[in-house]
Amino acid sequence: MLALLIAAFGMAFATLVPGVASAAEAGEQVRGTLQTSLSGPIEGVTVEVATPDGETVDTVQTGEDGRWEVDLPAPGQYVVSVDPDDLPEGVELNGEPSRTVTVDAGRAQPVNIGLNDGSRNDGGGTVRAVQLFVDGLRFGLLIAMAAVGLSLIYGTTGLTNFAHGELVTIGAIAAWYINVQGGVPLIPAALLAMVVGGVVGALNELAIWRPLRRRGTGLIAALVVSIGLSLALRYSYQIFYGGFSNPYADYQGQRARSYGLFTLQDRDIASIVIAVVVLVLVALMLQRTKIGKAMRAVSDNRDLAASSGIDVNRVVLFVWVLGGALAALGGVLLGLSDQVQWDMGFRLLLLMFAGVTLGGLGTAYGALLGSLIVGVFVQMSTLVIPNDMKYVGGLLLLIVILVVRPQGILGSRARIG
Amino acid sequence: MADLLNAFAIAGKAFFGFQAIFFALLAIGINVHFGYTGLLNFGQIAFAMLGGFGIAISVSLWGLPFWVGVIVGVLASVVLALLLGLPTLRLRADYLAIVTIATAEGLRLVFRSVSATPVTGGTRGLSAFNRDFIALAPWDTGRRYDLIGTTWSGSELWVVTIGWILVALCSLLVWALMRSPWGRVVKAIREDEDAVRSLGKNVYAYKMQALVLGGVFGAFGGMVYAVGTGSAIPDQYQNANTFLAYAALILGGAARVLGPVIGSMLLLFILQFADTGLRSLIANGVIPAELLSSTDVAQLRYVLVGIGLMLLLVFRPQGIFGDRREVMLDAR
Repeated sequence: MLALLIAAFGMAFATLVPGVASAAEAGEQVRGTLQTSLSGPIEGVTVEVATPDGETVDTVQTGEDGRWEVDLPAPGQYVVSVDPDDLPEGVELNGEPSRTVTVDAGRAQPVNIGLNDGSRNDGGGTVRAVQLFVDGLRFGLLIAMAAVGLSLIYGTTGLTNFAHGELVTIGAIAAWYINVQGGVPLIPAALLAMVVGGVVGALNELAIWRPLRRRGTGLIAALVVSIGLSLALRYSYQIFYGGFSNPYADYQGQRARSYGLFTLQDRDIASIVIAVVVLVLVALMLQRTKIGKAMRAVSDNRDLAASSGIDVNRVVLFVWVLGGALAALGGVLLGLSDQVQWDMGFRLLLLMFAGVTLGGLGTAYGALLGSLIVGVFVQMSTLVIPNDMKYVGGLLLLIVILVVRPQGILGSRARIG
Repeated sequence: MADLLNAFAIAGKAFFGFQAIFFALLAIGINVHFGYTGLLNFGQIAFAMLGGFGIAISVSLWGLPFWVGVIVGVLASVVLALLLGLPTLRLRADYLAIVTIATAEGLRLVFRSVSATPVTGGTRGLSAFNRDFIALAPWDTGRRYDLIGTTWSGSELWVVTIGWILVALCSLLVWALMRSPWGRVVKAIREDEDAVRSLGKNVYAYKMQALVLGGVFGAFGGMVYAVGTGSAIPDQYQNANTFLAYAALILGGAARVLGPVIGSMLLLFILQFADTGLRSLIANGVIPAELLSSTDVAQLRYVLVGIGLMLLLVFRPQGIFGDRREVMLDAR
């Protein structure tokens, strides 16, 4: 999650994607990827690997995807150096052109060489703020998409669903399996993942929450049950999917396009457009369609809605399916800009709660507005606080809101007790 | 069979080990919050982290005596409780839940961040702060001791001894408090906040006091853990630990003085037994390695705890010793 936004920040850096190491490789290797956010992967840079006493092992050039790798004769120390003259215009080395690495037996050792494309320093001031604002909007829309379901579920059933983050993760992971293992392009894979998310949402409601409501389980007990569910699901994902973060097969290594004051990769633009379209559709559904009106009615007053002939259970089931599908889509988009990880949903959950609380618990539009503000706030806060602490800014915002206006921007006073 | 006996012995050690003390103290704190007062604190691990790092930072960084470190840890957890309670205790229960879980995660992120490295040691944490404490042991801490089929190092035994004394003192305090007028007010708040308010009690102040008290217990837990492992690392204080402590509390029985203690011992025993047992089954090839590798076992324990927590809550919310009428499960 942190790595995700670094690239989008307009900070240039060289990353390294370790890649999926095949089990057949027993020999030692050094490898890496040269790329920056502005230039994308850098092709044709000469990388030389030598022993510490200056004897060259091999000289290679980075490929189309910016990657390079050199097989080594034995474990030990090696000096990896990059020819600075091969770098494209505007891209400079952050530090020394060479690095000394120690390679253990049988290991493909990643080597990180820091690059700077100037966007970090030259951009400064207002332009960096604009860049962060746009990134924040993208991130906020993503949180909003996942959080609409959370808020609607809270509104219709009163459940504070701590397992909602796991719906986000299941979407991302399902799409990863379909896309990377199944070889299906990402767009149909994302649609399939939404179906998976919807089904999992429905299963949640049918297998757990509806029977619990029938038993008359209290809301606090239900809340703790959702935490148990979250723990069980999250660590099952880690067992089945693994503890690593993996990218999707498509739309990787794109170059950032410049739009005057800010730069964005095409996939970020696509994710903004998708999120806006989906959220507008959800809003239209809530306003215009019969089921949308029923959802708002149940949210407002459950008993009144039931007595006026609305099938509350059907509405709640629909909310779960909708929430699950939206969360899954949010997960896919998050996995696209970040990578797919087993606990990505749980980390997003806290920001979703911040967004939902800011907007007003239980209101769909509040969740949207609040999430946007939280996304922008989290990104813009890196102007003053270090990057790895930016989530803390979002969580602080949550606490400040609760002091100043506990019902949130669009919430009603009656709900907070 | 030998494996099974071995697993049993290792699990038996877990029954009394410092991790059981850690969870017992966390759970005693949560018992004061959730069991008696009805506060949903999901950030108990943050108090533990402040306790552990209170000692670690004071001793390793500032060179203060060990006992000053303990005081620093306690003070830090009191401040955290006040900060958490201030905005949320007037609101409905789930707001405190959201804020505490967010704070616990946020604090861990701050403690492990690069910019905090000079103070907290970043992701690598701090170590070498328990020497003064270990030196107090009345026996030779260098050698190993065999007790009822389990082996303990001298320092481990010392930490465990002091830890269980601490657990006993905390339990005694909770027992005494809950028999006092203060305890009756607090339990009444759990049952009906408005009724207590109408009797002229300051509900907010009572809730705050309960939050502080439980938080200090949590800080003690973190101290035992830090001293027991000999290091304080931010990632040791993962959010999941709070929920393990909840599981221990609910297993033993909320709103019972010994509920959290027995619950933690049992939980640690079950987890360790499952862990060792599964590992030996995998090593012997009874469970095929493709199905479950031994690295997955550590995750499997959380899955089991999660499912166990759900089942307990649904089918036996009062746990082993609890009274169903006393377990606060209705939201306001």
